[in-house]
Amino acid sequence: MALKHNVSLATALRYKGRGPMWAFILHRLGGLGMAILLTVHILSTALGGPVGQFLNDLYMHWAFQIVVYFFVLFHAVNGLRITLLDLWPSLWVYGREALWIEWAVFLPIYGLAVYTILSTALGG
Amino acid sequence: MAAKSRRLSLRERGLNFEMLMWLFTRLSALVMYGLILVAMVGAFLMGARTQMNMADVLRWGFLSIAGHIQNTNIPDLEPWATPFWRLTASAMLLVATAHGVHGLVVIADDYIVHPRGRRNVRALSIVFLLLMVVAGLYVVWTW
Repeated sequence: MALKHNVSLATALRYKGRGPMWAFILHRLGGLGMAILLTVHILSTALGGPVGQFLNDLYMHWAFQIVVYFFVLFHAVNGLRITLLDLWPSLWVYGREALWIEWAVFLPIYGLAVYTILSTALGG
Repeated sequence: MAAKSRRLSLRERGLNFEMLMWLFTRLSALVMYGLILVAMVGAFLMGARTQMNMADVLRWGFLSIAGHIQNTNIPDLEPWATPFWRLTASAMLLVATAHGVHGLVVIADDYIVHPRGRRNVRALSIVFLLLMVVAGLYVVWTW
């Protein structure tokens, strides 16, 4: 157990885990973000009132939706990769290829979502 | 290696609550894809193709409650608020909340390593889970 826990920020930033590390970071950020967003969203919808209405209007704003859809869709697509590879562990040999497929699946879906969000917001 | 592990008891092979939750996280993900697919197919059958855009359909897919589509061009919200869609939304709420709260515990475990701290995190997570389920079910069934 030589795991070092007190790693400095400078050392952490120099760690080059590449693709899998970024997938891990984005997955965790998205999960944490969704937990916070959904907690506030569910509570504000249940309680209602002007504050709840204001928060739900904020969530409907196109700039907010572009960020939310990135993290939610990435979490969903990345989660499918993890689920498939974990349930059929022999596929982990192709882990690197799976990441490329993941981005190839994610980018068109997210691009289409951004396009519809923007065209709805700007076109009325 | 595989032959050797078969002689170990289930407990020695690592079958405990944490392992079951590891499996639950993956299986609940598959359930959520299924629920989203059901909701999206249902939306298209109910007229989403001409009355909603893709972002609206996805929002309905994430949780199938009529409040999520009130700003679209759907003329009549009645078919979107049936017990079937409320049950679908309830299932999504329960699975997603359990998946999410367990995810928060996993993240907390990376930073809180003391056994007492981890016990507190788990106790807190159960309170949080119950609060979210009650508030969420209230919204799903009263909206």
